Parts: sequence; C-alpha cells; structure tokens
Amino acid sequence: MTLGLFFTQLLNGVQLGVLLFLLSAGLTLVFGIMNFVNLTHGSLYMMGAYFAAAAYNWSGSFLIAGLIGVPATVLLGLVVERVALSTLYTRDHLDQVLATFGLILFFDEVVRIIWGPSAVYMNVPDALSGTVALFGLAYPSYRFAIIGVGLAVGVGLYLLIHRTRVGMLIRAGASNPAMVSALGVNVKLLNALVFGLGAGLAGLAGLMAGPIFSVQPGMGEPILILTLVVIVTGGIGSIRGAFYGALIVGIVDTVGRVFLPTLLRAFFERSIAQAAGPAIASMLIYLLMAAVLALRPQGLFPVKHG
Amino acid sequence: MTRLVTLVAAALAAAPLYAQTPVKIGFMAEMSGPQGALGQDQYDAFMMVVERNGGKLGGVPVEIIKEDSQLKPDVATQIVQKFIERDKVSIITGISFSNVMMAVHKPITEKEVFLIGSNAGPAPIAGAQCSPYQFIVSWQNDTQAEVVGQYATDKGYKRVVGMAPNYQAGKDFIAGFKRYYKGEIIDEIYTPLNQPDFSAELAEVAAKKPDAVYVFYPGGLGVNFIRQYQQAGLLGKIPLLATSTTDGLTLPAQKEAALGVISGTFWGPDFANPASKRFLEEFEKKYNRIPSQYAAQSYDAAQLLDSALAKVKGNVADKKALMAALKQADFKSVRGAFKFNNNHFPIQDMYVFEVAKDAKGRVSLKTIGTALKNHEDAYHTQCPLK
Repeated sequence: MTLGLFFTQLLNGVQLGVLLFLLSAGLTLVFGIMNFVNLTHGSLYMMGAYFAAAAYNWSGSFLIAGLIGVPATVLLGLVVERVALSTLYTRDHLDQVLATFGLILFFDEVVRIIWGPSAVYMNVPDALSGTVALFGLAYPSYRFAIIGVGLAVGVGLYLLIHRTRVGMLIRAGASNPAMVSALGVNVKLLNALVFGLGAGLAGLAGLMAGPIFSVQPGMGEPILILTLVVIVTGGIGSIRGAFYGALIVGIVDTVGRVFLPTLLRAFFERSIAQAAGPAIASMLIYLLMAAVLALRPQGLFPVKHG
Repeated sequence: MTRLVTLVAAALAAAPLYAQTPVKIGFMAEMSGPQGALGQDQYDAFMMVVERNGGKLGGVPVEIIKEDSQLKPDVATQIVQKFIERDKVSIITGISFSNVMMAVHKPITEKEVFLIGSNAGPAPIAGAQCSPYQFIVSWQNDTQAEVVGQYATDKGYKRVVGMAPNYQAGKDFIAGFKRYYKGEIIDEIYTPLNQPDFSAELAEVAAKKPDAVYVFYPGGLGVNFIRQYQQAGLLGKIPLLATSTTDGLTLPAQKEAALGVISGTFWGPDFANPASKRFLEEFEKKYNRIPSQYAAQSYDAAQLLDSALAKVKGNVADKKALMAALKQADFKSVRGAFKFNNNHFPIQDMYVFEVAKDAKGRVSLKTIGTALKNHEDAYHTQCPLK
C-alpha cells in the first residue's frame, strides 16, 4: 500500500461522505425541526435523478439538467408536503413511517411506469469526463466536482442557518417550536420552506449521483439507510452533525472496505479473507452507529440548546 | 399481484368446427422491480412467436398464463402450485433467476410438468439434480464465464483481477472464469451486493496494474460499475472482460461508457443467420428496441415448443412423445446450430463480443470470435440422464 493509494482512498471516502451530506442535511433538518420522520427523502433523491436524467437526455447538457432537475424536485417536495405529509405532523412517528414508506412504494412504481424498469442513461459533463493525476494515480475529475459542490453547499447552509433571519427561525424552531409559533411566526410556511430546502438538496444529490450510479427504480432506498446512519451518528437536527457524520461514515465505509480484506489476509487464509472482509467491512458503519448510540445517544455533534 | 391472462385462442372462436381445447402454458418470470426488464424481454419475445402464429404453437391453439415471480422464491413456489393445480398447465416456461429456478425446479418436474427454462441455468440442475422434464434453452450459468476465461487465455493475459458481488452467483462466475483461464488471478475482490460505489476498489485495481479485469455485475450494478470504470480512466487502459454486465438491457444506460468492453455468450444481435435476422427485424419493428440475449433465449423457447407441439399434434397428454419431440430440438435457433445434451442443456458455440456501435450508430454488441466450439457444461457428466 503506497501513500498515494492511501490518499486516493481517503479522497474516495470524503467524496462518498459529501454525497451523503447533501442527503442527510435535508433529512436532518426535517427530522430535527419538524420532528417528522421522512422516509420519502430517498424517493425525492431518486426523483431528482430522474428529472435530471430526463432533462439531460432531452437537452444533452448537464447544466440544463441541473437547472430543471433541482427546481422540479423542490416543487415535487412542496406538493408532497402539502398534499400528503402536512396532515401527519401531529401524528406519532409510527404513522409517519408507515405513510412515508407507502410513498416510497408509490414513487418507485411511478418511475417504473414512466421510465421503465431498466436504468436510464446519464453521463458526466464533457468538461469533467477526464481524470486528474494525483499522487501518481488518476482520479476522476467528476468526483472532485462532487466534493466541490458538497463543500459549497456546506458553506452555504452554514451562512443560511447562522447569518440570516430565516436561519435564526430555523434554529429557533429546532429548539422550541411551540414558542416560535406563539411568537407569531408562520410555522406552516417555515415548515414548507424547510421541507422545500430538504427536497432541493435531495434533488441536487440525485443530479450529482446520476452519472455515477444507475438511475433506476428503488435507487433511493440503499442510500436512505446510509443517510439515516449519518444523522443518528452525527446528531439529529444538526447540520454540523450531518456534515461531520457524513464524512465519518463515508471515510469509515470506504477505508474499511479497502483495508479490512488486506488486513484479514495477514491472519487468515486468502479465501476466508476474501469472503469475510467485505462482509465485516459493510458492518463497520453500523457498529460505529451502535457504539455512538450506546455512549452518546444524542449523537456526536448534537444541536446546541440555550 | 398482477395477474394477466392472455387468451390468444379467442381469435379462433370464429371457426368453431376446429375448436380444440387450447394447450395451457404457464409463463413465469421477474416482471417487476429493477430486474423486471429481463422478464419483460423474455415475455415480449415469447409472445411475438405466439402472435405471429395467430395464437398457436405447432398449429395448436395455446393459452399463455403470465405470472410475476417478483424475484421471490416463495412467491414463485405458490405460482407454480397454482399453475399446476388450478390452471392445469402442462408446460411452464420463463424463469429469470437461479434462486427462483432452484425453488421451483423440483415442484414442477416432480409433477411431470415440462419446464422450458429460458434464462436461469444453475449448476445443481445441470448435474445430479437434473430431470428429464427440464429443457433449458439458454445456457448453464458457468459457460457464460468460461467463454470469457478462454478468451483471456487466448489473449495471453498473465495477471487478471476478478471482481463480483459477494453472493453465490458472483463466486460461481469467478469460478467459471478460472476454469478456462490459465494465467494468474492476482486478486479476487467481492463487494457487498448492495454496494453502488466502486471507487475504492477501482483505485486498488489501478494500483495493481493487471493485464485485464474480469467482472460480473448484473443489471444496475453493471451500469454503476462500467460508468465508474470509464470515469476512473481505466477503460481502454486495462482491458475489461465481463459476464452479464454489458448486455442488451444495460447498454442503453451505459452507452459510450461501455465501448470496448469484452463479454461472452451464445448469441449477439449482429448474427447473420436467417433465423436471427428475422428475429431481430421483427422484434425491432414491434418493440422499437434492440432485443437482448434474454429475448433471444425466450424466442428460441417458443420456437422449440412450436416444433415439439407440431410433432405431437398438440397431444400433451402423451408425455413420452412430447419429451422425445422436445429433445430433438427441431427448430431454427437464432444462434445457429442447437442440440440438447444428456442433461437437456444446450451444446452450443460460445462467442466473444465487444461493445461497439452498430450500423445505425447505436451502442450494441459486435461478435469478435468463437472462443468455445460445441461447448458442453462442466456438470453434464454428473447427470444420470442418457
């Protein structure tokens, strides 16, 4: 294992983490501020990818795919929030899980009817199709773009939450929603805003994931599970928690996947290491989550109250 | 559950003089979920033959009862029970996945119902568990990897990295590849079945600088893998050999990212024999897409039934005669020569394909060689049938 390869793998971990951050930021906001378990978040990511792929195939431009895909997902998110979810805010979590799980099945079926069961074509923009030489190894430029977009979103969210009036209301809503509404803030509007923001981030994640993952029905579910792991690890409702949580999960997952089989090979026979390595590596992030829940149930970077 | 009964025999109602009870055929495949495209291709190609013949196979009216096994062995077992006990079918065809095949193979053949498999070909039913009532028109799973292994040997590759999802089929294909590959496998990488991102593994592969990479990533995983392989700048630098990764179902999503990838199977859309040309022309006209190999397999299954039912004049009660008629395989296969082995799997040429643009500029498969001639699977000697 060379140093160059190690850094490349670290970069891979950061890139996965950044993609997870885009998704978990939206989910954690909705969960933390509206106290709403939104399993539909994975479906919004899928719809974002489909909208972007459709726009991409129609226009041939990645930029237009983004300009259409992300707002379309925001719009869809707002409609879903108004039509289906807003009546569930006062219900308990089990009802919310059931209803949003139903929506997952609904959206999977919708895309299957419209776009068919096979994966849909989407490609990286030409300018980013190459690779960059890094530590003597080639690294895909598009993955750098994902890291860049994710970091920009992180900075943007930080400024929005900590430097604007809307951000102040969001923070207040996360701490004490009853008081915020008693002070005359239109909570309904605030909820719609937060949900729309979350949907937009999910759509952006779908757009960025479109060229590297296959855009197909059900693509939102595996990543939704990772996203839930991220927000539980990082601390529910906290953007900071989502950011660091995503990076930790991304790096642990990637680095574990690569180094564990090699490590096991030092102790066991090759065939055992080959079979057990990936199996144990894929458990690592869940072990991490279990450890966090046991030692710090509020997450590693919880919302600061008071 | 979706249940669609296609009563094609209704077309014959106008001629009551010749009214004959239609032969009932159960069609079961994966029709929903991410793998639904496979079952759909099987169904479309099968029905194309039935419709072309005016609702008949072998001159006898047929009733096709379609069911979706949903990639769930337990659901598939219930469907088979329904097929046999309520619908009283004498023939069942389709079957997309090996785990489903393993669940239904015994319940079907035990009841002496004919099983005309048009995709899955797991090792056990090719070997010791084979049945005279099975006729697998596609291939034994391993042969699709063996042909690529032979190609790697012919090319003189010395160091190859193998990659597949961490489950039974993944290991089977790597094993099949190794059976005919004479060089060294410097590493085998198994990734969790639900892992969509291969960046970490690809970085490792690139660092090892092998002569070639062999992979098995079916369906959506294949789309992910091929795109990421190309984006990592490895395509064209390290030859990529694949099984079931670049096929008629995934190429429309992979397009240019898959150009140059090598794969191996029994048939490709550029075959020049008349049967294949007719199939391609009719399929493209009817469904407006390039048929996948899965469509070709099912098309051949329908043609096989067409030939056998004609020989027994629709008398499916005479099981011995029907079995003999099926075994003869007296039809023009899209793959050219076709013969059943003692285990009722095909003996056939296995070809090597490269992903390339066809005459119309679409990304498709181009035949570049025949790696294995009159190829028999590795398990037929374990099958007690003669």
